[in-house]
Amino acid sequence: MSTNTAMIEKYRNSFLKEVEANVEEGDWVKMCMQCGVCSGSCPLGKDWAHPPQEIFMMIRAGKREEVLTSDSMWMCTSCYNCIVRCPRELPITHIMHGLAHYAKRLGLAPKNQPTMKFAQLFWDNLAKKGRVNELKLGISLYFMNGFGEGIKTSLKMKDIGLGMLKAKRMSVAEAFGGHAVKDLAGFQKMLKKAQELEDARLSQHG
Amino acid sequence: MADQKIGAYICKGCGLEERLDMQQIEMTATRDGKAAVAHQHDMLCSKEGVEMIRNSIESDEITHTVIVACSRRAKVEAFNFSDVAVARANLREGVIWLRPDSDENRETTQEMADDYVRMACAEAKAMHKPSPSGEQDLNKHILVVGGGVSGMTVALEAAAAGYPVSIVEKSGALGGHVAELYKRTPQHAAPAGVANGRNVDLPGAEDTGIEEMIKRVEENADINVHLNSTVAKTSGAPGRFSVDIATESGSTTTENFGAIVQASGFKPYDANQLPEFGYDRSADVVTNLELEALAKAANGGPIKRPSDGKEVTSVAFVQCAGQRSDKEGHLPYCSGFCCTTSIKQALYFKEQNPDCDTTVLYSDLRTPGAAGEDFYRRGQQSEVIFTKGDVSEVVTNGELTVKFKDIILGEDTEMVADLVVLATGQVPNSGPDPYAVAPSDDDEEEGGDSAPEENTVTVSVESILNLDYRQGSDLPQLKYGFTDSHFICFPYETRRTGIYAAGPVRRPMDIKQAVDDATGAAMKAIQEVHNAAAGRAAHPRSGDLSFPSFRKEGCTQCKRCTVECPFGAIDEDEEGYPQYNESRCRRCGTCMGACPVRVISFENYSVETVNQQIKNCDIPDEFDEKPRILALACENDAYPALDQAAMSGEELTPWARVIPVRCLGSVNLSWVTDAMNSGYDGVVLMGCQKGDDYQCHFVRGSAMAAERMSKVGDTLSTLNLEPERVVIHEVAITDIKRAPQLINDMAKVVEEIGMSPFKF
Repeated sequence: MSTNTAMIEKYRNSFLKEVEANVEEGDWVKMCMQCGVCSGSCPLGKDWAHPPQEIFMMIRAGKREEVLTSDSMWMCTSCYNCIVRCPRELPITHIMHGLAHYAKRLGLAPKNQPTMKFAQLFWDNLAKKGRVNELKLGISLYFMNGFGEGIKTSLKMKDIGLGMLKAKRMSVAEAFGGHAVKDLAGFQKMLKKAQELEDARLSQHG
Repeated sequence: MADQKIGAYICKGCGLEERLDMQQIEMTATRDGKAAVAHQHDMLCSKEGVEMIRNSIESDEITHTVIVACSRRAKVEAFNFSDVAVARANLREGVIWLRPDSDENRETTQEMADDYVRMACAEAKAMHKPSPSGEQDLNKHILVVGGGVSGMTVALEAAAAGYPVSIVEKSGALGGHVAELYKRTPQHAAPAGVANGRNVDLPGAEDTGIEEMIKRVEENADINVHLNSTVAKTSGAPGRFSVDIATESGSTTTENFGAIVQASGFKPYDANQLPEFGYDRSADVVTNLELEALAKAANGGPIKRPSDGKEVTSVAFVQCAGQRSDKEGHLPYCSGFCCTTSIKQALYFKEQNPDCDTTVLYSDLRTPGAAGEDFYRRGQQSEVIFTKGDVSEVVTNGELTVKFKDIILGEDTEMVADLVVLATGQVPNSGPDPYAVAPSDDDEEEGGDSAPEENTVTVSVESILNLDYRQGSDLPQLKYGFTDSHFICFPYETRRTGIYAAGPVRRPMDIKQAVDDATGAAMKAIQEVHNAAAGRAAHPRSGDLSFPSFRKEGCTQCKRCTVECPFGAIDEDEEGYPQYNESRCRRCGTCMGACPVRVISFENYSVETVNQQIKNCDIPDEFDEKPRILALACENDAYPALDQAAMSGEELTPWARVIPVRCLGSVNLSWVTDAMNSGYDGVVLMGCQKGDDYQCHFVRGSAMAAERMSKVGDTLSTLNLEPERVVIHEVAITDIKRAPQLINDMAKVVEEIGMSPFKF
């Protein structure tokens, strides 16, 4: 049984309860009073299929599938406008990220969602050496959507790249390994431990 | 009137001396105004100035006082001489503050001031010192009709202040609807410092405390309770009400009261008028009041549904059921208590069983009161689901399916529930409206007729007070059957002086508001007991000792005064003459304005006092190019607006002469025709807003005036005058720029159509 079906089984009728137990800051969702200030404050709100107010209402209406497969919460840029303005002081930004994270964990997040892809690339890059390797991250972003587009973007950006090389803002050497944090082994141990703790938490809840 | 001696006291302060020729003013007062005494003072409202006037009064030097100083609305404490008649010439707000200070205006400004002095002296001459009638003695006994939470609060408050109370309750027990409740909504917000969080300690439902309240009423020696009783007849007036209290068994006792509070409360809306929600088809569709009975029966245990006694595991609350809707048979208004009530009831379920699905379907959630928002948060915290939805139907096929449109998500959807609670509203428990329009008017009139085929919201129209008044048996009503009162300025004063409405009969409200309301009404009743004893008026002419009298020889028994009095103060005697009840009167003068033969007058306000003012204004002849415009301004809003305009430096045409009137309702048509006949070029009448959302301090005065003045055009055409010369305006106290502008506009009209030909 996949985690997803296990969750459906467990929370049967109450998606709100599922969100409370599994989503970061999810226990705030019930406190939304549907004033719509968050949706009105969101600079990208008009591009969201479901602005935050609607997402909260959908959670309470039990629209599990629609919420978790939505790409709306992935659109959040963490500008924090909604948090500042929410009269009920809901940590809306965190809830949006929490929902996105939960959707991804259940494998329900929309495939090829660019924010999600970027986040994964960033994480993978960072987890390797404990530092962000900007050259590699840049290149992997260029090629995020396929080889052809990658070449095109690289050519478009080549003058900037050469300029940065000239000004010694970028080093070609970084492409081969790149430098790491001082105690790389310690760093990776730390990540491993964190993962263990998270897994333990999930197995308890999920 | 040989012994009439007028003393004119002229103030030189506040810039009057710099702007006006005071010698000239004094001469006008003595020569034209025939003042026996005229004194000038540097600051008349100072201790010395007032003492000067007081000395003249006490040495019998004068019988009538004319204060030539500021507006009659200023310095009222200083110039309060109750032992003589007082007239005031308004030279400060009325003249110098409304006119620019420049050489070319000096002459017209002086003319204005002289006219006001002449007018004030003439007014004083026609005035008498008002004295109370002595019709009533002090009767501290207060009658409370209704033994619910409002009525009991009135009784307890009045008794605590030392006023004995009788409660008349129709049913067999005190407590009213509150006694039917399991719990009440909280009264206090969360204490300061409780975070705006999601798992915090927020106020919850409380015990109603009604048993304890009933006990306090029953144990109070000053409160006499008549159960199973009704008011069979009420006659008299404040201070001397005589009330027949009839018991169910048929016996009647008569008691005397100083004042009455009607706390007859509300009737629950009849949910049978909501077939779309299946109330008549399923026992599991209940109203909010019926749910209280279920909760009371459960007493903290699981609430069972009525049809089969199954424990309720899912419940839907339909807010605004039959309310806030224009549909026939629905209440057009919001009852104000149902949102918090539904939260309270949802928590009955949630706190007993957290897994019970409770959904509140609302269109606008409103939680009045200090605890309201916190209580809403408590509901949310307990995971009551609040869905903004518009319920269209409850299908009752075995299970209950609530069909609704989710307004946030914009989709038609439905939910299944064990129990559906309809949040129905309050219908005022009023008697028949004395002014109800005949049954042919079928849309909005309720309480006015007993035609059962009409789908009106009022169930019964039994009289509650059985007033033995010329104008009907009960308190006049507003549009939806609630008691009529000036809700902005004096909400407790009904249109029957000395009878106060408290609680949901006045407007829909919850317990907390009803208790506050009842406390206010108790205070007003106490006030009225003393006012009546002293012969003083109630709001808005608080403390006025004058009252209307009529010259019987001149009366034609046309009955216009007895019909038009907005307060039902005038009855008719056996011969058909008007019979005044001084303590029912609010002193607006609407009867005086109505009287076609001008026989009604007050000691200090009469057709003559105003007529004399109109006549004693100098009318320059046609070739002087100085028109005269008469403005009759309501003293409640229009006159203070003009005073305000003066204070904020607005400008008024020098041709205007403003006379304050008690209410536009007191304006007798003869003033207008007399003014036109004596050569005024235009007349501006300024009163308060009329209609359903009236602001008239005497409720009907400005409406009456508008009706009377609609006929003035004929009079003008018989005089061969242009109809534009007389206008009537609605002016609010905030119309500071507009009020003088309306008079200035008349000056422009006169300029265009030319001067009146009636100047001699």
